[in-house]
Amino acid sequence: MPRKTYIQAIQEALAEEMRRDERVLLMGEDVRLGVFAGTRGLHAEFGDRRVIDTPISELAVAGAGVGAAATGLRPVVDLMFGTFLYLAFDQIANQAGAMRYMFGGQATLPLVYMTQNGAGSSAGHHHSQSVHQFFMNMPLIKVVLPSTPYDVKGLLKAAIRDDNPVVFLNSLALGGKRGEVPDEEYTIPLGVADVKRAGADVTICTVGATVYTSLAAAEELAKEGISAEVIDLRTLSPWDKDAVLASVKKTGRFVAVDESFPTCSAASEWAATVAEHAFGDLKAAVQRVNNEDVPMPFSPKLEKAVLPTTEKIVAAVKRTFA
Amino acid sequence: MTEVSASVVLDLYQRMLRIRRFEEAVGGLFKQGQLPGFVHLYVGEEAVGVGVCAALRADDYITSTHRGHGHVIAKGGDINRMMAELFGKASGYCKGKGGSMHIADFSIGMLGACGIVGGGIPVAVGAGLSAKYRGTDQVAVCFFGDGAANEGSFHESLNLAATLTLPVIFVCENNGYGEFTPARQAMNIENIADRAAAYGMFGVIVDGTDALAVYMVAVEAVERARAGGGPTLIEAKTHRKGGHAEGEDAFLAGQKYRLPEELAAMAAKDPLEIMHRYIVEHAIASSGQLEEMDNAVVRAVNSAIDFARNSPEPDYASLYEDTWV
Ligand SMILES: Cc1ncc(C[n+]2csc(CCOP(=O)(O)OP(=O)(O)O)c2C)c(N)n1
Ligand SMILES: [Mg+2]
Repeated sequence: MPRKTYIQAIQEALAEEMRRDERVLLMGEDVRLGVFAGTRGLHAEFGDRRVIDTPISELAVAGAGVGAAATGLRPVVDLMFGTFLYLAFDQIANQAGAMRYMFGGQATLPLVYMTQNGAGSSAGHHHSQSVHQFFMNMPLIKVVLPSTPYDVKGLLKAAIRDDNPVVFLNSLALGGKRGEVPDEEYTIPLGVADVKRAGADVTICTVGATVYTSLAAAEELAKEGISAEVIDLRTLSPWDKDAVLASVKKTGRFVAVDESFPTCSAASEWAATVAEHAFGDLKAAVQRVNNEDVPMPFSPKLEKAVLPTTEKIVAAVKRTFA
Repeated sequence: MTEVSASVVLDLYQRMLRIRRFEEAVGGLFKQGQLPGFVHLYVGEEAVGVGVCAALRADDYITSTHRGHGHVIAKGGDINRMMAELFGKASGYCKGKGGSMHIADFSIGMLGACGIVGGGIPVAVGAGLSAKYRGTDQVAVCFFGDGAANEGSFHESLNLAATLTLPVIFVCENNGYGEFTPARQAMNIENIADRAAAYGMFGVIVDGTDALAVYMVAVEAVERARAGGGPTLIEAKTHRKGGHAEGEDAFLAGQKYRLPEELAAMAAKDPLEIMHRYIVEHAIASSGQLEEMDNAVVRAVNSAIDFARNSPEPDYASLYEDTWV
């Protein structure tokens, strides 16, 4: 199978969906040149009509996505960095997330908000935040955060074909990551987890860039005779509860790892669900590994200390054996 | 044109030199991989920050942007602590927690650079509100780009400052681009200053490569604001000499977005050369004296680099400092 980067996989997904469906269009700041390369090359093929460079006006562009989707298009809105979604929040929360229900089923909103999530460029607080947890807290918004080139392509294609608003987050740290991506057409259904490493003693549930941190932790733990299962949820909303509960039934231990602020994090939701529905299967209290509860510092040394690390995950797993 | 005193002229030139040499050094360090994060240089735009800040008092406020190093220096910031911040060191202005896009020095009224486009604009409105409320005659300035003038925060802030008659000066640094998108493509008007009319405030256009011209326009806006006459929108037409961010050639992978004519026109409008010529022609100082000034600035920048390199990294214990956690 050919090996491609995470970014190339995004480019392919967008190009294939635009070829397949005339209603798909792309808009955002500098999408023609492709600031993060994911949209690069599309303007050459699809032209001004379908690849639209916008002014720096996140709220208007996010809302224009809603209006275009409500009237028959399938827009992909590129908002570059997760933190820029804060400027678009109103349109996403009050319009995109609500219209279908609030208007009694009249609105269909096939709409994708695409952005980079998380830390990884040591650029300070305004360019290094995870935002997935905010959108998990919004009804009727789907949230996707893939970790591999294969997953990002299949999931992005599925997101574009979905009839609901999707916040599609790319991991900032993973752009250059290579992996196998077939040339043949495929999609990956939203809401289905993937076991990235099978194991018997503990379930580590995670998503995005921390999939790799968790895999590294599992490797460390294996040296000490602990067999960890690493579940990559891939989609955060809806999320694959069945897969997680089945794994916990097998292992009896649960560690949730998620790159976001601890309070009301994604990990909080997973841990609560496991505690609620798998209490009888648990041999130890559930554990969470999140960012430290501070804005993201610029210093690379401190940034690294804020994020979930292999050591922190190993320590959390060991607490379930204490 | 009213006469500006020789000392003001030399001060403008020296502040511009400090910015230019600082930024050149930063560009070099970034290229060598010594600086983390993103770096946006102010080279070519020095006359705007300097012309405006020279019209301010030490207790006036400014807010800045992602391209903010020049604003800190123009307001009188310490280049040692700036450089240390760019290295992410504990001796930096923000203890290594801010970085290039988040430098602040509240002791000189510099309320912070900002990584979010348009993010500093409303903060200046609040500082202006505060000055008016407290009954001082301080003013607040926000610097922002042409691109930021398309954000809601710009429009809402102008209207708010105008309706409350606040002592705020909105300084748009129109360098013709927001990242790689030309301003002419992002707005259907030629002059951002025209937007002032929509909010019922004064709007003025100035050549942002001419520090003296900027200074004089700023003096007028500051006087109006101090006297209770409300806000002004100043549009300074300028150029950024380099890219949007350092290292952009690599990630643009050879894609070009600037016109050769434009680059040539810009080369002829270097704010430092313009000021140098003015100083020598008016016999305010000799070329030799200006060169000495330049050498002293270069020495100061080099010692700022040494200071930054020799400073310690922040320690882990500092992670939860300055929080209530
Ligand atoms: C809210 C927000 N949107 C987008 C960006 C990405 N971005 C950083 S700088 C920039 C261009 C800003 O252009 P302008 O305001 O003209 O300032 P200049 O860089 O030209 O000084 C953009 C789009 C951002 N940092 N914040
Ligand atoms: Mg600009």
